[in-house]
Amino acid sequence: MTETAEGAATAAPKEEKRTVVRTQQVKRVYKMGEIEVHALRGVDMEIYTGEYLSIMGPSGSGKSTFFNMVGGLDKPSEGKVYIDEVDVAQLDAYELAWLRCRKIGYIFQSFNLIPVMTALENVTLPMVFAGLTSDEARDKGMVLLGKVGLGERYSHKPNELSGGQQQRVAVARALANDPAVVLADEPTANLDLATGTEIIELLREMNRDSGVTIISATHDHKMLSVSDRVVWVKDGQVERVANREDLDIEVTHVEGE
Amino acid sequence: MSEKRLAGGREIVLPMSKAVEISFRSLKIRFGRSLITTSGVILAIAFLMSVWSSNAIVGSLRDVNKSEINLLLQKNGIETGLAESGEASAEAQARMLEEESKQTWLISLSLLVCVVGIANAMLMSVTERFREIGTMKCLGALDSFIVKLFLLESTFQGFAGTTAGIIIGFALTFLLALLDYGGYVLDYFPLNNIAESAGYALVVGTSLSLIGAMLPAYRAAKMEPVEAMRSDT
Repeated sequence: MTETAEGAATAAPKEEKRTVVRTQQVKRVYKMGEIEVHALRGVDMEIYTGEYLSIMGPSGSGKSTFFNMVGGLDKPSEGKVYIDEVDVAQLDAYELAWLRCRKIGYIFQSFNLIPVMTALENVTLPMVFAGLTSDEARDKGMVLLGKVGLGERYSHKPNELSGGQQQRVAVARALANDPAVVLADEPTANLDLATGTEIIELLREMNRDSGVTIISATHDHKMLSVSDRVVWVKDGQVERVANREDLDIEVTHVEGE
Repeated sequence: MSEKRLAGGREIVLPMSKAVEISFRSLKIRFGRSLITTSGVILAIAFLMSVWSSNAIVGSLRDVNKSEINLLLQKNGIETGLAESGEASAEAQARMLEEESKQTWLISLSLLVCVVGIANAMLMSVTERFREIGTMKCLGALDSFIVKLFLLESTFQGFAGTTAGIIIGFALTFLLALLDYGGYVLDYFPLNNIAESAGYALVVGTSLSLIGAMLPAYRAAKMEPVEAMRSDT
């Protein structure tokens, strides 16, 4: 990122922006029989450490593909994706798993907690994978559950928790290994308005407190007001990138209608 | 560049104790389903065990070669007095061999059906859990973790089913033999033979469950982590 006046103004509190995810001319082509579907048509994007970025776009826009791409879940047909300066295409299966385990936290639309495990066990599973001892994992897991406001419910199974609580556990789990990036895929889509807002606030709080980068794919306009930047994807291309200041105007405008 | 970055951290691991715990609980939470899958194993092994223990009991009684027992055996359609040489006994021996090969054929078939049943049930279990598997992979699980979990699950299931099958198969045969031969069964109980058969049956049942789970476990391991994102179903 060049130090233009505009760039410096965008993220006032951060002196220097470090890129955590970078895509270069990313193209993704799916073959459906004879037909080639161009899900992404050359996307250049830089995502900075500590920012809260929302990706918006209608279904079929390539939003999900782009989201999976920056989350290390899909590889580009052409172009490059760097996550924390690592070229994803160069990684073998083991390294990819390592990357997902330690560098990326995932939050899903349908929470995806492991049903047979308690809240605490769900949160500590990534730590177990990362080689922490069970004592270390338990202590850290309890701290994280406390942070998301579920310290008392650590022994509950997912089916004993409400949707909002499950998503809180999922947030704690995503932060288990102090990732560089948290990817949230429509995290509020299965929640009611109030609970969804709570989750968004929680993500924002985590983002402020621990400086973790949050990338979220969403339809949810509540998300706009907390995002540092919003990327609109359309027809496999980035249609528009809006910064926070522009968004504030837009949101008030929408609310004024 | 990637090597430099990735070399820093420790490995990714799934300790055996944790794997055992997870797979055990996965079975418990789907108890009804596990029971159905297991019942296939129970039936096949019960059949196997019943054939083996019946052979052992009859064999041991025949070896006694007492006239009262021989009479009882003959009443149940079993050739006796094989120790005595002669043309009749040669014929009897041939008949016995034929009987034996028929038994082997039946046993093999039942075991084969059992493996197919296990494979089918495990495949269903994999499809049902694609999101759980995808999530685990997103959390950093290696393919080998998933394989481990599914194989362990199937092995537990197989072990439990086999044990039940052995007990049921033996108990039924023993009761029937008591009805047919009365106290003689107890007098000449072939304990060593039966114990040996039970041991073999345990190995057979457990390994069949393991074999049946191999393909499903492999399929589960090859599932893409992005499956976790699928929001339908």
